[in-house]
Amino acid sequence: MAAVTTTTTLRPVRRRFPFGRAAAWTVMGLIVLITMLPFYWILRTALSTNAGLSADPTNPLPVDLTTSGFERALGLQSSEEAIAQGGAGGGLDFWRYLLNSVLVSTLITGCQIFFSAMAAYAFSRLRWRGRDKVFGLFLAGMMVPTIFTLLPNFVLIKQLHLVDTLLGIALPSLFMTPFAVFFLRQFFMNIPKEVEEAALLDGAGKIKIFFRVVLPMASTPVITLAVLTYITSWNDYFWPLMVSYSDSSRVLTVALAVFRAQTPATGVDWSGLMAATLIAALPMLVLFACFARRIVSSIGFTGIK
Amino acid sequence: MTIASSSPPSRLPTGGAAEAPSRTRTRQGVAGEDRGDGRLAALFIAPALLGFLVFLLWPTLRGIYLSFTSFNLLTPAEWVGLDNYVRMVNDPIFWDSLWVTVEYVAINIGVQTVAALAMAVLLQRLTQSAMLRGIVLTPYLMSNVVAGLVWLWILDTQLGIGNEIISGLGADRIPFLADETWAIPTIALINVWRHVGYTALLLFAGLQAIPGDMYEAARVDGASEWRMFWRITMPLLRPVLAVVLIMTVIGSFQVFDTVAVTTAGGPANATNVLQYYIYGSAFGRFQFGYASAMSVALLVVLSAITVLQYRLTRAGRTDLG
Repeated sequence: MAAVTTTTTLRPVRRRFPFGRAAAWTVMGLIVLITMLPFYWILRTALSTNAGLSADPTNPLPVDLTTSGFERALGLQSSEEAIAQGGAGGGLDFWRYLLNSVLVSTLITGCQIFFSAMAAYAFSRLRWRGRDKVFGLFLAGMMVPTIFTLLPNFVLIKQLHLVDTLLGIALPSLFMTPFAVFFLRQFFMNIPKEVEEAALLDGAGKIKIFFRVVLPMASTPVITLAVLTYITSWNDYFWPLMVSYSDSSRVLTVALAVFRAQTPATGVDWSGLMAATLIAALPMLVLFACFARRIVSSIGFTGIK
Repeated sequence: MTIASSSPPSRLPTGGAAEAPSRTRTRQGVAGEDRGDGRLAALFIAPALLGFLVFLLWPTLRGIYLSFTSFNLLTPAEWVGLDNYVRMVNDPIFWDSLWVTVEYVAINIGVQTVAALAMAVLLQRLTQSAMLRGIVLTPYLMSNVVAGLVWLWILDTQLGIGNEIISGLGADRIPFLADETWAIPTIALINVWRHVGYTALLLFAGLQAIPGDMYEAARVDGASEWRMFWRITMPLLRPVLAVVLIMTVIGSFQVFDTVAVTTAGGPANATNVLQYYIYGSAFGRFQFGYASAMSVALLVVLSAITVLQYRLTRAGRTDLG
């Protein structure tokens, strides 16, 4: 709430010392600090030993610098070794969960964006009877909260015998989201008719126009949407929790919760847990770092999800 | 803003017909357009439509149907009429969890909206730095699970740095997530940490649409930043703020992940939010029918809130231009 009161003191720069501006910058600094400190704390904890963490909880640097937390999370330690260092010895293998997360997110993103783009093309550049009615139906679909469809979808996935498979996790989001169709249609509609006609003159068919004209011209929104979809599916917890029971289909978010639930009698294995957390978070941080400028500037009205 | 684009672009039908006589090779294309692209469109729409029907429309209808049955996943669904709804109305735990959810939403949305607005204004009036915008968005890249676990550790009563600082200042340690009064506000604030940057960027995008010379003119007239905020920013941002509020409130009501990894509904049902209770009914006690009825109730509440909020904030109207 401090943030609000300080905006009141913002004053034109000229008068004496700009107290308002200084206060506003202080608040901005605090915001950055609160935003970023937890990330440092993950790293600091992951590189400490559990014994060190209890002995020196306020040390801003890693206590007894070690990588044993990561070894435990990646299943590189024997059970005895893990238990001796404050782990549960449950044999969690984050390499496997990392692979599962990559498979599920890649499958969802690839298929969902491609199929949604195809539908968006039909809704924006093709003429057919009932087009606006069907599109209206898709728009109405945006009003149904995702969470409402989870229970019935679980029943369906169970009937399809896809429970505890990666395909079962991916399937409901594989074909489209109304948002993706809506988002891409906006951009496809803005492509000038003349560009399409020029391609038609060159003898290109409508299918070729989709691949050679429309998709390349809309590459920026397509990539932005793909990155956001990847992050969303990577971070999803509720649906994989319902569908996945064993290692074979366990993704990182669910594995983290399992890790947390396996608390040994001696107390939570914070070092191992934070190492695992970092393994789950790092790929998204790297992905974001690659596309940050594009994503940050394209979050706007159409970015509402 | 979702509705405005549902009509087809006006250039599309006229363009082809007007230019047809001059270009022989376009004849085929134009003729095809007149007949429509029915077959091709069917091909292009097929996968998305399949997904829409099977994984969105069908489950929605089925969810409503299941709420009138005693479905338990093992035996076929049996129609029980309004039994589940009668039970729901008489279930104190349901009302309790609805109340807990409302409490969570009030704190979460209240704090988040004010903080996001302040951040957006700072990002707009103080600096236009893209890097700062990138930094405030970073927590949004984490899953709720990661955010929950990190703060669970920071706020740990015995070893967490948060409580170390509190006790270093001479105050008593606070069992943030293990205390009945603290747990909901704590979870609400953890989720503010994760979402506030994203919300701020949405509002920031709305602020960008306000012409800069309005502020210049106000400054020439000697208006303070505080006055400009209330007289220029707020009135012009209102439509954006309304849409953002509707989206965030709907999202907030669906809270589950953070509760599941930090408190698991405890202590003593203090954080048993509606979605967590629904999950427990379905997967803990296999009462899919009852769980579906509660989901329908949540759906009705969310729809009502959307309509109400849209009306109250006059979301469709803007003072700009």
